[in-house]
Amino acid sequence: MPSIISISGVTKTYATGFKALKEINLDIERGEIFALLGPNGAGKTTLISIVCGIVNRSSGTVTVDGNDINRNYRAARSLIGLVPQELTIDAFESVWATVTYSRGLFGKPPNPGFVEKVLRDLSLWDKKDAKAITLSGGMKRRLMIAKALSHEPRILFLDEPTAGVDVELRQDMWAMVRRLREDGVTIILTTHYIEEAEAMADRVGVINRGEIILVEGKAELMRKLGRKRLVLELRTPLTAIPDSFSRYALELSPDGGQLTYTYDNQSERPGVASLLRELEAAGIQFRDMDTQNSSLEEIFVNLLRQEP
Amino acid sequence: MNWRAVWAIYRVEMARAFRTVLQSIVSPVISTSLYFVVFGSAIGSRITEIDGISYGAFIVPGLIMLSLLTQSISNASFAIYFPKFVGSIYELLSAPVSYLEIIIAYVGGAATKSIVLGLIILATAALFVPLQILHPFWMLGFLVLTAVTFSLFGFIIGIWAKSFEQLQLVPLLIITPLTFLGGSFYSINMLPETWRTVTLFNPVVYLISGFRWSFYGKSDVPVGISLGMTVVFLAICIAIVAWMFRTGYRLRN
Repeated sequence: MPSIISISGVTKTYATGFKALKEINLDIERGEIFALLGPNGAGKTTLISIVCGIVNRSSGTVTVDGNDINRNYRAARSLIGLVPQELTIDAFESVWATVTYSRGLFGKPPNPGFVEKVLRDLSLWDKKDAKAITLSGGMKRRLMIAKALSHEPRILFLDEPTAGVDVELRQDMWAMVRRLREDGVTIILTTHYIEEAEAMADRVGVINRGEIILVEGKAELMRKLGRKRLVLELRTPLTAIPDSFSRYALELSPDGGQLTYTYDNQSERPGVASLLRELEAAGIQFRDMDTQNSSLEEIFVNLLRQEP
Repeated sequence: MNWRAVWAIYRVEMARAFRTVLQSIVSPVISTSLYFVVFGSAIGSRITEIDGISYGAFIVPGLIMLSLLTQSISNASFAIYFPKFVGSIYELLSAPVSYLEIIIAYVGGAATKSIVLGLIILATAALFVPLQILHPFWMLGFLVLTAVTFSLFGFIIGIWAKSFEQLQLVPLLIITPLTFLGGSFYSINMLPETWRTVTLFNPVVYLISGFRWSFYGKSDVPVGISLGMTVVFLAICIAIVAWMFRTGYRLRN
C-alpha cells in the first residue's frame, strides 16, 4: 500500500536566511506510529507545520493520502489532526464550544454524540462548560487533543505531546494513542524523550539540523541497539571458538585476540557469569574486559555527535 | 465551499460580541449619546441648522459613520490578530478552509457587529432628534458597504500588525482624525476654499457625504462619487488581501 504521507525534497529557508530544513525525504506508512526524534531546533516542528499547511515550504512536494498539500489542500488537511507543542487556545471559549468549533472548521457536520465521546475519553466531560482559561495545564493539553480529534482525523500529529505532562496524563495519552492506532489512525509524534519513542513507536526517524539522519523500524533499532556487548581481550589468541560455547553465539575477531558476546541486557539471565565460569574452566584466559551499552539514547547521541 | 467552517468562525466571532456586550455594544452607544449631548445640545444651540437640517439631525449620519469605521476596523483587526498573538491561528491555517472562506467568516462577523451597532446608534439618535431617512435602501447599502470595506481594512491591519501597539496605530492615528475632519460634525462647504480642497483628499468625506445624502437628500459631494470612492477603497482592500494570502504574508511565513 502506498505511504499515507510522502515528503520529497522539502526545504525551508526562513526570511532571516535560516535554513530550517535541508532536503527532507520521508515516507510515513499507513497506520503506523512514527516517532520523529531530534534535539531542540532540529526542524521537527517546521516539518510538521509544512505538512499541516501552517508554514509554506521553500521547495519540494508533500502528498497526504495521494493529495498534494497545495493543489488538493482541502482533501489533504481534512485528514489531519494536529496537537501543537504550545498550549494555544482561545482562553475565553468553553471546552464544548471550542471543540465544536474545531469540528466545524474541518467541515464536519455537527455530532454532539461524537464530541461527547471524545471529551469523555479524555476525562474532560465534567469540564465541558468551563472556560479554557480556568483549566490546569494538563487539562488544557487534553483539550488540545480533543480539538484535534473532534473532526475524526486519519492522521494525528502530536508535537512534543508529553512535554511538561504529569504521569497520569502521559499514561492516558499512550492508551489513547494505542486505541487510535487500533482504529487505523496513523500517528506521528515528535519528542526528545527517547523512552517515549521506545515505548510507542513502530518506526523512528532522527532529525538534526534540518536533515533526516536515520529512519529505522524500532524493532530493528532496538535489536541493534537495545543490547549489550561483552568484549574480552584474550591473553592468547584463539584460532577458533570451541564447540562447547556454541550456545553463546560468540564472535571472534579476525586476529583471534578478541571475543565478543552480545546479550540482551533486559534478560533475567544474561549468561555473563556462566560464560566467564566456562571460559575459565576451558582454560581461556583474558587480560581485560569491557561492556558496551547500546541504548537508543546512546545511539541517538552518537548519531548527533557524528554530524559535522 | 466549506460553509460549515465559515459558520463555525462566524459563530465564534458573534459569540465574542455577546460575551463582551459592554465593550462591543454598550460603550459605543454611551459615547454616541455623549456626542449628542455635547455636540448636539451645546453646539447645536448656536448652530441652528446646516443645509436646512437641524444640527442635531445633521450630525447623526456622521456619528454613525464614526462608530461604523472604528468598530469595523477594531472588530476585524482584533479577530485575526488575537489568534495570531496567542498562537491558536495554527488551527485555522491547518484547516481545510480557503482564503475566501476565512475572509467571508471574519469580515462577515466584524461587519455584522458594526452594522448592528450602527442601527443601535440610529435608534439611540431617534430618541434625541427627529430623524428622516429619504432613501432607506441607499442608507442600508452605504451602511453595509462601508462596514464590509472597513472590516476588510481592519482584517489587513490585523494580519500586518506585529504588536498591540501597531494594531491601535492605524485606527487612532489615521482613521479617527480622518473621520473627525471628514465632515462628521460640519458641512465641508462651511470651510474656507483652501481647506475644502484639502478635505476632498480625505476618503472619509465621501463616505459621510453619501451616507448623509441617504438621510436628507443633501450632500457635500455628488452621491455617485461617494459610491464610487467607497467601491474603489473596497477594491484596494481586496487587492491587498489577495496579495497577502498569495504570499502567505505574516501568516504562513
